[in-house]
Amino acid sequence: MNVTRKPTHNFQKDISNCGLTGFISKSGTLVGGEVIIKSIALMHDRGNGLGGGFAAYGIYPDYREFFAFHLMYESGMALQLTEEYLERHFFIEQHEEIPTRRTPAIVNPPVFKRYFVKPLETPEYREAIEFQKMTDEDVVVRHVMAVNNEIEGAFVVSSGKNMGAFKGVGYPEEIADFFRLEEYKGYVWTAHNRFPTNTPGWWGGAHPFTLLDWSIVHNGEISSYGINKRYLEMYGYLCTMLTDTEVVAYTLDLLIRKHGLTPELASLAMASPFWDIIDALPEDERKLLTAIRQVYGSALLNGPFAILFASNEGLIGLNDRVKLRPLVCATKDDFVYMASEEAAIREICPQPDKVWAPRGGEPVIAKLNPGVI
Amino acid sequence: MKIDAQGLYYRDLNQKIREAVAAGATEIELVNVNGQYFIGDGINREVTLTIQGVPGNDLAAFMNGATIIVRDNGQDNIGNTMNAGKVIVHGHAGDVLGYGMRGGRVHIRKDVGYRVGIHMKSYNENKPVLVAGGKAGDFFGEYMAGGVLILLGMFSDDADKPKHGFRFGTGMHGGTIFVRGEVDEKKLSREVGVFELTDGDRQELEGYLKDYCGDFGIDFAEVMAERFVKILPKSTRPYGNMYCPMPR
Repeated sequence: MNVTRKPTHNFQKDISNCGLTGFISKSGTLVGGEVIIKSIALMHDRGNGLGGGFAAYGIYPDYREFFAFHLMYESGMALQLTEEYLERHFFIEQHEEIPTRRTPAIVNPPVFKRYFVKPLETPEYREAIEFQKMTDEDVVVRHVMAVNNEIEGAFVVSSGKNMGAFKGVGYPEEIADFFRLEEYKGYVWTAHNRFPTNTPGWWGGAHPFTLLDWSIVHNGEISSYGINKRYLEMYGYLCTMLTDTEVVAYTLDLLIRKHGLTPELASLAMASPFWDIIDALPEDERKLLTAIRQVYGSALLNGPFAILFASNEGLIGLNDRVKLRPLVCATKDDFVYMASEEAAIREICPQPDKVWAPRGGEPVIAKLNPGVI
Repeated sequence: MKIDAQGLYYRDLNQKIREAVAAGATEIELVNVNGQYFIGDGINREVTLTIQGVPGNDLAAFMNGATIIVRDNGQDNIGNTMNAGKVIVHGHAGDVLGYGMRGGRVHIRKDVGYRVGIHMKSYNENKPVLVAGGKAGDFFGEYMAGGVLILLGMFSDDADKPKHGFRFGTGMHGGTIFVRGEVDEKKLSREVGVFELTDGDRQELEGYLKDYCGDFGIDFAEVMAERFVKILPKSTRPYGNMYCPMPR
């Protein structure tokens, strides 16, 4: 009997992951955007075209004293309301459209503008500083939350000094082309290629997620999102981006900037070792980690993740404690590289001095050398 | 024959490899490889692929009889469900190495990542063997059902790193793990125990390691100069009573 049977399924495998990559020059060497584009583009197939984005540090040296607000507007009304809001609360040194390039790959982009600002000394500002013991950073955070939450169709893409995030719907190399990223130079770069699983692929949902100069790119899913979100709400952080990764940016701001934890301790709060491992540690470490887990139980990130978080201080890579997502690191001279795949590093650094896979839950911390900025 | 993989998309590269294998090539050298997925997957012939560069994920998946030599480092998921043949990696390898492997050999010179040998299995003459010359991450031999895992801990770039990670042998219910030197018993899962080697074990182990040393030009006597221990599962059904007691 000669029967031609149809294949039972499509044998072309769909690769479903997210991809992330980043690097830092610890001595502050400025590197053009084309380098990070080359690295993330190698992992093209880890995404599906529904999100790509970049964070870059050191790109606005002429305005380094000002908070650089990258704004995304879905409507003219959102733009108008936001600009009125900003004018009420900020001294605006400079504002302009973020330069973009018309490309066939990017369909119906929102409008992007950037503002270099300082808080105005309004009565409200003086009240916050003098009587609520807030800092300029706290004031900025409050305004970022207000814009995101209260103005429909306006989203703060980034709000740190001398840095910016560029993101949207498309493959990362398409987003880079759209934002003309090759025209920027920075000493820290991160990039993300998105494969959205549980949440929508929209412009605000692309990575990185940011607050002040924190930026996060993330591969995985944060199953504890609900607990983390409610915990952060107690401190005035409002989640508006419809995506789990957002909580990581706000958690870092709370733990490191507000509570004064070191990045190492903040990482241990977010990716704590299991209790049986803590219990087997020497007395002082056991006490420390027990206290961290008790105090910051609601900041624990559950679920599989590999994240890169960057700031003007440096670049940090972190895995979940059982390493359910890939992360590879490498060094070459004063550069430190971190990526989902070693090949993404080798594409831009063919002969690293050292390549290694960090342990789950153990942060890899690369700080700018003292005095660089 | 030689294939230049510089900038080649993984589908195009694998197409070229399959065409070369179908045309009867026995030695194929791939140069300028960087990150291309699925190299050597499902190859049914006795062909040798030599790779210059870092091959992408899922190298040698479902491979059945070919030999792959990687002169540099490897990434994740090497030897996924491999049936026969051999993979030799001169650098380190990533996570989930030898996932569900059911035959053939994987020889890694340096460190290996998390979940190495996860769900390896064996049946009659199909007995996979995976040797890691460096150190290993957590969950070594997770859910292992058959075959042989060997961890030497000798050739690592990181002197401070422990030889193996936590949750060693979690869910293991078949097969054998040999470790050169001691294991850290605190890091073993409850499902496994440490045993002395029998004369038969030693003979079997020497066979595997002679093959391994030959691939890398490593001094066999030096590898054997240290004692080995054997890790075996305590039960063939570690989770039989997890939800409710089951009849025996």
